[in-house]
Amino acid sequence: MALAAVIRSSRATTMMELEIELKKASDKLKVDSPDDFTCSAAPSFPVAVSWDATSISLSAACDLFMRFVTRTSHLEHEKFDAAKSRLIERGEKFGEISLKARKTIAMLSQDFIHDGCTILVHGYSRVVLEVLKLAASNRKLFRVLCTEGRPDRTGLRMSNELAALGIPVKVLIDSAVAYSMDEVDMVFVGADGVVESGGIINMMGTYQIALVAHSMNKPVYVAAESYKFARLYPLDQKDMTPAHRPIDFGVPVPTGVEVETSARDYTPPQYLTLLLTDLGVLTPSVVSDELIQLYL
Amino acid sequence: MDIRRAPPSRAASGGVEPRFRQVGFVTAAEPARGPVAPAAASPTASDGLSPVMIPPPLIPVPAPASESLMPSSPPPASSYLLEVVSDLDDYADDDDIDVSWARPPPPALPEPNKRDLTETKNEHAPTSVAQKPKLSKAERRAIQESQRAAKAAAKEAGLKPTAMASDASTKISKQPKTAKTSLKKVVNQVNPPVASDKKTGERPPDKDRKKDIPQPRMQFDDAHRVVKAKKRSVVSQSEARNRVELFRHLPQYAHGTQLPDLESKFLQPDLMHPSVYKVGLQYLSGDISGGNARCIAMLLAFRDAINDYSMPAEKILNRDLTAKISSYVSFLIECRPLSISMGNAIRFLKNRITKLPLALSESEAKVSLQSDIDRFINEKIIVADKVIVSHAVTKIRDDDVLLTFGSASVVEMIFDHARELGKKFRVVVVDSRPNHEGQRLLRRLVAKGISCTYTHINAVSYIMQEVTRVFLGASSVLSNGTVYSRVGTASVAMVAHAFGVPVLVCCEAYKFHERVQLDSICFNELGDPDAISRVPRDESLSHLKNWAENENLHLLNLKYDITPSDYVSMLITDYGMLPPTSVPVIVIGSTDVDHLIIVVGFKFLPARIAVLTVHRTGHGTRAHMCTYAKSKAVYQQLMFSVFGSPSENSIFGIRRMADW
Repeated sequence: MALAAVIRSSRATTMMELEIELKKASDKLKVDSPDDFTCSAAPSFPVAVSWDATSISLSAACDLFMRFVTRTSHLEHEKFDAAKSRLIERGEKFGEISLKARKTIAMLSQDFIHDGCTILVHGYSRVVLEVLKLAASNRKLFRVLCTEGRPDRTGLRMSNELAALGIPVKVLIDSAVAYSMDEVDMVFVGADGVVESGGIINMMGTYQIALVAHSMNKPVYVAAESYKFARLYPLDQKDMTPAHRPIDFGVPVPTGVEVETSARDYTPPQYLTLLLTDLGVLTPSVVSDELIQLYL
Repeated sequence: MDIRRAPPSRAASGGVEPRFRQVGFVTAAEPARGPVAPAAASPTASDGLSPVMIPPPLIPVPAPASESLMPSSPPPASSYLLEVVSDLDDYADDDDIDVSWARPPPPALPEPNKRDLTETKNEHAPTSVAQKPKLSKAERRAIQESQRAAKAAAKEAGLKPTAMASDASTKISKQPKTAKTSLKKVVNQVNPPVASDKKTGERPPDKDRKKDIPQPRMQFDDAHRVVKAKKRSVVSQSEARNRVELFRHLPQYAHGTQLPDLESKFLQPDLMHPSVYKVGLQYLSGDISGGNARCIAMLLAFRDAINDYSMPAEKILNRDLTAKISSYVSFLIECRPLSISMGNAIRFLKNRITKLPLALSESEAKVSLQSDIDRFINEKIIVADKVIVSHAVTKIRDDDVLLTFGSASVVEMIFDHARELGKKFRVVVVDSRPNHEGQRLLRRLVAKGISCTYTHINAVSYIMQEVTRVFLGASSVLSNGTVYSRVGTASVAMVAHAFGVPVLVCCEAYKFHERVQLDSICFNELGDPDAISRVPRDESLSHLKNWAENENLHLLNLKYDITPSDYVSMLITDYGMLPPTSVPVIVIGSTDVDHLIIVVGFKFLPARIAVLTVHRTGHGTRAHMCTYAKSKAVYQQLMFSVFGSPSENSIFGIRRMADW
């Protein structure tokens, strides 16, 4: 949305200038804090829960927006104003698609939730919330185990919302995941970004849960919109741009003691069963194919 | 009788069963096979082989009495499969014509068999092919010719009859079991049209019809074919002695025997362009090695040849030039078998030649072709390497320990660039005999000031503990993500995987191939076995000096091996960083054809042929996979190995054909 507004308000007279302006704006979005932007722009622009400078989905979304908008080659032949309005159209369409994505994903995931199942969720993901909301409104009977999601305590927020929907919720501390994995039928997580190998980058703790689920043969479903597909390819946990979040232990940390404050981890594709996206239900190896089609 | 049931027990006995060849290296013992009458239609006799069994050779094995033999039906089986392959679009054609055709008249059998046994024994005598076999073959040929003529008249798909005729004659002349290898030939049909150059002389009118289905690759354990190829060869060379059984289907010649012939040919300039000749010699001596170097050298030689080419008056430029290029290619093949990169480049060049507009004058055409070649080299190799390097250096951090195996040109460039960017890292170069290619890389890296460690491959599990990343080059990457590269790469990748070290394979996209290969045996290159027996600079270690005289000793010098995609963490190509599963998307995206039929064969799973049809639609590619699998378990195994997991997205529709 914000970027579509940029197009509208731009006074550029050639495509190249417009592209450059768009690029500048998207870089700004990626780097600056949310205060710089109007509130109207923020909620409508699809971002990750934690709006921080290192948000992967934000940069992925910006890149995709740029690609999507500037991809058409036949624009070169038209007059500039017509082209500009065309671009604005496409930009707004992109925004619509992103908003509708969640509804599509929720619809696709209904087949996976059966009556009497137990779902494990991790952290606060609006997509997963949408999925469960739709399932509840379809009168499916299921219960949810929700991890606490330290240090953000996002899990508590999630369980709040779920309880408000009338879904039976049980909160676990993060360490109790393996303990409860027996009674779990499937794991649902969101994603900050889906990387080219088919793995996901998500809140710290996702990798652990995926490992435990994989070793106990429980399916792990990732609900992610397609704009979150990023052209990254981490080889290991440290191969990403670091994102830190201060952790409050309640007591001051003694001097000389280091704290691991990384906020994200990378889950390799072999631990994920399926990706539920607005493009359909995909296997992890498809992400790269989609990216190739989009970018090449 | 249900032949399908019986073999599993024999397979379970570990292959000691007489009709199966022993695994490993055996010498040809006396043939004890009685006449084998082809059985009634039982297409699944070959089915009895478990995946572990190796199909028997063409030559007779130490086999006891023939009554234990099933009056087996590999001929009908393989003919069925030939049918499958040939009649992909032609299901209307009936089986009975072919079955009867495939089954030769019994009276003809016993004699040819006995004669043939002697002749195959003669194969094992060093070098020359005896005159006797030719005569007996000719007699049998006469019988087959008449059948073949009738067959060719009846058949619509003109290509396959001749293939099957020669196959049939070989089938009939050899043991029925040995027809499995012709089955192998047919089944191993995925390859670039380059291999078909060998057969262009044989079947010129069928060239157009061959467009969709790739030619069967030349299998060198078929004596009949080898003799034919020899007749057409530009350079004569003698076959190596003491060849390893398992690799009889690959060409192996005694090193250096083609030199006298080559020297005499040098003074006939119209036969061979001097640049091509020079490049061929450089391949032969090993001066030029490495996928990129060989490809570039070959393309530049062709460029010179095109430059000097003058079209004869009555001929059409396309055809004549293509024929000339094909002759050059056959020459190069005889110096050293083509690498996959070269094969793809040749395919590109031939494509460009055929696409030349007929209205172009000769000089314009030549200029256009030369610029095409230059563009290919520039875009697909030089610029591609730059892109790969720029991606790869992002994966190198400070204080990394990078391991590489052998000497890959693109890996050297990566290290160079990383050093220029100021990154602090050290390199471990792992090397192996007999070529010690890593030493060249080591010298160059040390000269640039990169701190290196050098070790041999037997220490790779020891050194892997300190390593943080492994960079490997590749000769090619196949469609299921397996990496085809210098022998030893697979071991390094496996050890890296075991230690949790990421393996990054760097390969330009032009080297990708649509073939799928499950093992290192069905397609490989055999080097000179003397290179193994000799330890340079240390004559006291020459225990194997007289290895050729010992009948029980066979030396094997494999050049390539395949690394399964599970061991590869990431593929770095000019398309970016991809998982190995994305290779088919690139391969399909870069071919011109809209409808590609790929036949995948499996050496150890006869009667399982998978046909992968790919349709390009507006939304990308859809791949329909039809498998003629005999059992669901095998079908799943097949799918798994080809695509990595049964539910891969590339397969939108799967049709299972009824059993034959």
